[in-house]
Amino acid sequence: MTETMAAATRARTASAIVARGLTKRFGDTTAVDGIDLDIPVGTVFGLLGPNGAGKTTIIRILATLVTPDAGQATVLGYDVTRQAHQVRQLIGLTGQYASVDETLTGTENLVLIGRLIGLSRADARHRARVLLEQFRLTGAADRAVKTYSGGMRRRLDLAASLVGRPRVLFLDEPTTGLDPRSRGELWDIVRGLTADGVTVLLTTQYLEEADQLASQIAVIDHGRVIAQGTSAQLKAQTGADTLDGVFLALTGHGASPTASTDDLEEVNS
Amino acid sequence: MTTLAPGTELPSRVGPLRAVQQTCSLAWRTLVQVKHNPFELVDFSVQPVMFLLLFVYVFGGALGGSYHAYLQYVLAGIIVQNSLFTTLNTATGLATDLDKGFSSRLRALPIARFAPLGGRIIADVAKQAWAIALLYAVGSIMGFRAGTSALAVLAAAGLVLVCTLAFAWILVWIGMLMANPEKVQIFGFVVLFPLTFTSGAFVRPATMPGWLQAFSKANPVTLLAEAARGLMAGGPVAVPAVESLLYAAGFIVVFAPLAVLAFKRRA
Repeated sequence: MTETMAAATRARTASAIVARGLTKRFGDTTAVDGIDLDIPVGTVFGLLGPNGAGKTTIIRILATLVTPDAGQATVLGYDVTRQAHQVRQLIGLTGQYASVDETLTGTENLVLIGRLIGLSRADARHRARVLLEQFRLTGAADRAVKTYSGGMRRRLDLAASLVGRPRVLFLDEPTTGLDPRSRGELWDIVRGLTADGVTVLLTTQYLEEADQLASQIAVIDHGRVIAQGTSAQLKAQTGADTLDGVFLALTGHGASPTASTDDLEEVNS
Repeated sequence: MTTLAPGTELPSRVGPLRAVQQTCSLAWRTLVQVKHNPFELVDFSVQPVMFLLLFVYVFGGALGGSYHAYLQYVLAGIIVQNSLFTTLNTATGLATDLDKGFSSRLRALPIARFAPLGGRIIADVAKQAWAIALLYAVGSIMGFRAGTSALAVLAAAGLVLVCTLAFAWILVWIGMLMANPEKVQIFGFVVLFPLTFTSGAFVRPATMPGWLQAFSKANPVTLLAEAARGLMAGGPVAVPAVESLLYAAGFIVVFAPLAVLAFKRRA
């Protein structure tokens, strides 16, 4: 994408995330294979697919952590490889592979991030207090994170990615391993964010989660988008109401994890 | 905070002052970890003192004729040994951050790329300076007498800090390659133990077999211990100090780029 095109996208700001032909290989495996995305500002977009489908790698490319082998992507008009520093000022990242420091307390984690992004000591403390309150962690604010439950941990992860008031939020399997109650809480938080105009890109293995949150869903398999639409469209298209069903209908094979790619993704993350 | 009005451009790089602040914030983070894990304090305070007491009072008479004579010899050696082993913490800490995903969080923030590494190194240098001061204080109580000046003793501490900081790049590189704290720990010990114990840090290489003497005399640990000993207890300084610094320069030139490259690869 040329500078003028990028500037034009920025001025329009119709799309929060644009990707064209994104490709990433790890050795012989193509984790991401020519992905195109157009995600409007203020919407929730779901990447749905089994373990190892390439969802995490897509997120990591868009969050400037991985350089694509081919293709381009912009976040609010900024190129994720050439203008990574600008992109980092606009995004928040939460997920399996973006965690907090377990040895620090909840407050210390959030204050650290506040200080790193340039808040004064007082502002960083204030921001931490507000977020801990919002995420019902005030009682655990001064406890080391390693003593937190799974649900508390995820809430703090999410709070940590919100310190800088991101315009675009990446959630990599935000509720995997959570009980239904914690999952519902997290969904409510995400809905609240989009009400404030934040764009959310989330990956999930659960059709229900995509259904609950995402206005558009892309089904990913072997690094490719194999179907895209609203959850109603996907269900109508496949006649299924579970991820396994959608997958079986779309690919002829189930949504069981493709172990080799998954391991590779983990190794490379 | 971040609004995207048309025509406004976000900064495209981190200013130098902000980069220093970010490095300090991350150094603070590593130091505040100690508060929550008091066992770490034992690791870098009690352990070196225990080593000093054991070596001087148990082995000292046999190795140095009298424990007092041995203390004069070994204090510098134990300071060097302890500093080298502390570099392992830098590497395991970085590997833990990679392993747990905390470095991904940091790398997605708009901060200077070297801040996470720089912050940890500064924190570990602070810990080392503390351990050196502690060892020197305990050594003095045990009867160590500096044969030189206070300035020379400070120079010894400075030399040890500079050289171990250079040496740390080797372990940082290993830490980046392995990204697994346990593996780094094991590998580090396998490298550090033989390197330190075949050096002149604890005994004079003259009593070793010829082939080992040859290795020991070229061992950077021997050179650094000799230079530090010269500055603290008295003895030749110039040659071992210059050779130590040459080694240090070599380590930085070779391993710092390798470590940074490995860090970038671990996207």
